[in-house]
Amino acid sequence: MSGSASPLGGTPSANDRRRRLFGSIFAITCGAATLVGVLALVVLLADVLRDGLPRFDWALLTNFASRFPERAGVKAALAGSIWILGLTALFAFPVSVAAAIYLEEYAPRNRWTRLIQLNIANLAGVPSIVYGMLGLAVFVRALGFDRSIIAGALTLSILILPVIIIASQEAVRAVPDSIRQAAYGLGATRWQVVSSQVLPMAMPGILTGTILALSRAVGETAPLIMVGAVGFIAFTPTGLGDPFTVLPLQIYNWISRPQADFQQIAAAGILVLLSLLMAMNAAAILLRNRYQKDR
Amino acid sequence: MSSPGTDDLSFKRARNVKEQVIGSFLFLSAAVSTLVTVGIVAVLFTETVAFFRAVSPVDFFTGTEWTPLFQNPRFGVLPLLSGSFLVAAGAAVVAIPLGLLSAIFLSEYSGPRLRGVLKPLLEILAGIPTVVYGYFALTFITPLLRTVLPETDVFNAASAALVVGIMIVPTVSSLSDDALRAVPKALRQGAYGLGATKFEVSTRVVVPAALSGILASFILGISRAIGETMAVTIAAGNMPNLTLNGLESIQTMTAYIVQASLGDTPHGSIGYQTLFAVGMTLFVITLAMNVLSQWVMARFREEYQ
Repeated sequence: MSGSASPLGGTPSANDRRRRLFGSIFAITCGAATLVGVLALVVLLADVLRDGLPRFDWALLTNFASRFPERAGVKAALAGSIWILGLTALFAFPVSVAAAIYLEEYAPRNRWTRLIQLNIANLAGVPSIVYGMLGLAVFVRALGFDRSIIAGALTLSILILPVIIIASQEAVRAVPDSIRQAAYGLGATRWQVVSSQVLPMAMPGILTGTILALSRAVGETAPLIMVGAVGFIAFTPTGLGDPFTVLPLQIYNWISRPQADFQQIAAAGILVLLSLLMAMNAAAILLRNRYQKDR
Repeated sequence: MSSPGTDDLSFKRARNVKEQVIGSFLFLSAAVSTLVTVGIVAVLFTETVAFFRAVSPVDFFTGTEWTPLFQNPRFGVLPLLSGSFLVAAGAAVVAIPLGLLSAIFLSEYSGPRLRGVLKPLLEILAGIPTVVYGYFALTFITPLLRTVLPETDVFNAASAALVVGIMIVPTVSSLSDDALRAVPKALRQGAYGLGATKFEVSTRVVVPAALSGILASFILGISRAIGETMAVTIAAGNMPNLTLNGLESIQTMTAYIVQASLGDTPHGSIGYQTLFAVGMTLFVITLAMNVLSQWVMARFREEYQ
């Protein structure tokens, strides 16, 4: 900006042309940088599709893991992932929503509340493998759940706890205060205000946040390795105490084998995992759209 | 209240009891999150203390060899630390320019429709499971690197760094974008009024005004890169190696934890304790970076009305 700008109507000076040229180059660079990210996504998907599509068939879903790549499938892993998904939702959802309601609607605005809030923000940044160590020491060893589904589900529940709490708090905060005041004005108690006014209005936002957090849990590998999920299981789990595997772990198990055939089945497994995640995200988007229409 | 007169008081009392029970339940739920933190610290601390009874902290923090599961074990954590930092540094070199430039493009150059397409696309990158990035690194990026630089190992830090860099682009771009968009329009208009070009407005007015948020996003992105586990385990190998050469096989702290817990590390053994000593190191580093990121955000925030 140091140069003299051309007076209105005059011919642009060399300096002006240079500044405009810089501007164009910069704009193109920024656009290109954005495209690099998008391109990486496209290449990644193309890579997985190219390797995995030939093996992406019905037999993949109905076969168990096998030493022979041509017979290997994701049945046990898919069942394990669905078990984990259901149980994690069951454990994490009520506690997280209750915590969010407490923080937004009940908690006094004091130092302790700020501390809890800060703690939740920091928990959200703890690497997932550290949660695995907590799960290993507490659920697997101390509580004696051993290498079971329930140990895995509890570990992932505490992993996504902060994520759901933060999303639910935002949803609760977005409910206009006038609604609360109107309900209080009619003599409602705090819980009546929350349960009959605030929660129903915040629920779509809470559910969207929960589904997105759960899709993170479904994609997690490291914490489940810590709590002892294994890569080779030839049965579907029947109860909370059963050993289990999940899709990402099965995929990791296949990736770490040197044979090219297992790389292909790993790619096919990735396609199953991505399909599951896409279905969950589609559900979240549908919820969000419905919510926006209602407003 | 339309309660039938006589029972008014007991009704109110019952209602109050119910309110209090619910209030306590909600409070306990919020307390769970604090319990989780206490649990993490307690577990890491206990096992780490047990570990330091057997191994001197000096050896741990200054030793250059990490062979804890060997016959003649050495417990120098430096190779793991250097592995983590090598990958994180490489990832930062990829993610910081890409993330910041993307954020500037999204916030300053793209209209609402283009932005509405590009931003969700970038955010998909953040939702892809890390094991998938590991696959991508191993089957796509590594072969590519090996054709360009044939001396590259099959497992190497560069491939992991590239893929982790891509993975954290959305962290950097999303948070930087938020920071850029929080800069008031009036500041931009003022600069335009003085005859600045869009480039000048973006780089000399908007970016400096949003600098606290941008720096915080960098720190948070690097912290994520250090804590990243599966992609580095798959792509970078399991060879504790004190090196700055990204083409060699290395091992990060996270990859060691995975490797050791896949193997046989009985409870109470020194191998089991190394998990927690390394985990504690990882936890302290990432926590420090997250706190630093929050501090930068709060301390250097420019307040606008």
